[in-house]
Amino acid sequence: MSVVEEAGLNLVEAITRGLGQVLEEDPDSLLLGEDIGANGGVFRATQGLQARFGPDRVVDTPLCESGFIGAAIGMSLVGLHPIVEVQFDAFVYPAFEQLVSQAARFRWRTRGQYGLHLVVRIPYGGGTRAPELHSDSPETLFSHMPGLRVVVPSSPVSAGELLLAAVSCGDPVVFLEPKRMYRRGRQEVPARFQPGDLERAAVVRAGQDLTVVAYGAMVEVALEAADRLQGEGASVRVLDLRSIYPLDRDSLLAAAHETGRVLVVHEAPRHCGVGAEIAALLQEEAADVLLAPTLRVTGMDMPFPLMQNEDDALPSAERVLAAARLMLDY
Amino acid sequence: MAGAPGAELLDGASTILGLEPDSMLAALRLWPRELALELFSAMARLRAFDERAVILQRQGRLGTYPTYFGEEGLQAASVLALDSRDWLFPTYRQAALVTLRGCPPLVPMLLWSGHPGGWHDVMRYRVAPICVPVATNLPHAVGAAWGSRYRGGDWVALGYGGDGATSEGDFHEACNLAAVVRAPVIFLISNNQWAISTPVSRQTRVTRLAEKASAYGMPGVRVDAFDVFACYQAVREAAERARAGGGPTLIEAIGYRLGPHGTADQPSLYRPVELDRLWEPMEPLRRTQLALVRAGLATEEELDRIRADCAEELRAVGAALEQVPPVPIEEIAATVHGSTPWGLLPDGLREPSWKLVEHR
Repeated sequence: MSVVEEAGLNLVEAITRGLGQVLEEDPDSLLLGEDIGANGGVFRATQGLQARFGPDRVVDTPLCESGFIGAAIGMSLVGLHPIVEVQFDAFVYPAFEQLVSQAARFRWRTRGQYGLHLVVRIPYGGGTRAPELHSDSPETLFSHMPGLRVVVPSSPVSAGELLLAAVSCGDPVVFLEPKRMYRRGRQEVPARFQPGDLERAAVVRAGQDLTVVAYGAMVEVALEAADRLQGEGASVRVLDLRSIYPLDRDSLLAAAHETGRVLVVHEAPRHCGVGAEIAALLQEEAADVLLAPTLRVTGMDMPFPLMQNEDDALPSAERVLAAARLMLDY
Repeated sequence: MAGAPGAELLDGASTILGLEPDSMLAALRLWPRELALELFSAMARLRAFDERAVILQRQGRLGTYPTYFGEEGLQAASVLALDSRDWLFPTYRQAALVTLRGCPPLVPMLLWSGHPGGWHDVMRYRVAPICVPVATNLPHAVGAAWGSRYRGGDWVALGYGGDGATSEGDFHEACNLAAVVRAPVIFLISNNQWAISTPVSRQTRVTRLAEKASAYGMPGVRVDAFDVFACYQAVREAAERARAGGGPTLIEAIGYRLGPHGTADQPSLYRPVELDRLWEPMEPLRRTQLALVRAGLATEEELDRIRADCAEELRAVGAALEQVPPVPIEEIAATVHGSTPWGLLPDGLREPSWKLVEHR
């Protein structure tokens, strides 16, 4: 049993603690990114780390996402374990090629002989009243390209555990941090994180009548909806995916078998989204046990709106409730 | 030559290119015979691979193949001027240079035949997998070199590119980042003046690519790509500077793409044959051979023998290609991730929990 030494870190503080732990435990690890040194990163995720570990291990790079993610690939080749911070979700697009054409293919290009230790941390998602291209949810892009892992924590503890697992797994990981959860609530976290399981979703609320599948900031939305449905007499399970690639198929199929109804919630646009993949999986492998069609509550198939309309696009507990009722009454 | 489109390229280059092998002689007289012959042999091995690959492609045994005819001296010099601990980051046009680090030529030949056995052992040879989109390998070279500084290592890294690559964003980001962090890296730009059909004058308004180095605060060096000894010297000096903490160097090796871009390319569509003829005398293997003979370092017969031996070795590689059994797709799919071998999911129903009811 891990000893709880200090109560109450929020998600971004948990990331900071996790990064500090990695830098302490692994001398080959180092952090690269824009404004992550004295400034501590635009979200302060690396606050204090440069002072602790020095400017050679917490490196302020020039503004060059493709350049520093490409350089991180080269570092990994020579035995280092770089962890890269991209300032905002959409800022990773200039480095798309380095991630999907290079990092993702490295193990395959070495016939499985050598992995690539590379974690790309990206604050993602909407709900923070940010300018254009600061609120995207790019998980589908990266989970569609074989060779990458896509990991999304939803809470301070899962952030620390998944980060520790990501840095040691040997596959390049796109680590999406739900930025609107950075400072939403605290959780007791252990003094030192144990690596979590990168291939298992987590049941964060038990239930028998319906499962809401969510990840990142949508877990909170799903939990709120589940609480309200409880008042209506429905017992709702909430499954926090944690890993978008690979998907925990067993947990999804178990949800279908045990609750008969599976609803998926994500911020990303609906078309070709994670919800589509899950619905297809259930159709192929669990159609006989489903008591209702799998519905999706998602972002819209449009650029993420400017701040005045962002609540129109973000899935809300109300939208989840409406979809859940349809499924429960089906 | 006057009036031929692209002829001005030759004028621009002539300031450093000697058109006769005699231009190589003054320096060559000071060279140790052994090293001079080693360079020649490396060039001959690369040439033999290239010639055999084109033949195999014509026989339908390889897919599209990007010949590097004319770049052998530059490639051989870059490998031999560095130590085995130094890292190389090739593009598709340097796929065979791993053979100069001890990899059997069958391996890169398999790559062009589309067999996964064509992926060489990256760590063993310290040669990265080839990068197909040009310039994408340059940030990797920066990272490997940066890692050397970080680790207190003494290796340097070298990334290859062409004139076309210098127009890419990754070229800029790599050069700038390397200079900022003083990474011990060498950017070796083979300015062969053509990116498929696009002449270098359509890539940049700068006539000397080496000038781009000054924008990043690093030395820029020009060298005759057809003078293997000059290339060796340039890479050696850049590596010494890098090892001594002097940071990156941009080397512009001025040459000419003597062949097509690849086996699917037809240069007569976009450049005059007369221009090719002007450059033909620069063909580096023959030029080096003439220089070595005139310098009294070897005889024609000795050098012909080296070339014949290399050709013979590669002939055997062509035969061996057929003997390599195909790899089952399941085995290949299992090499994508470290653990769960995803990518193997069959179409449709895997183990359906339900049975199709007989509706009809």
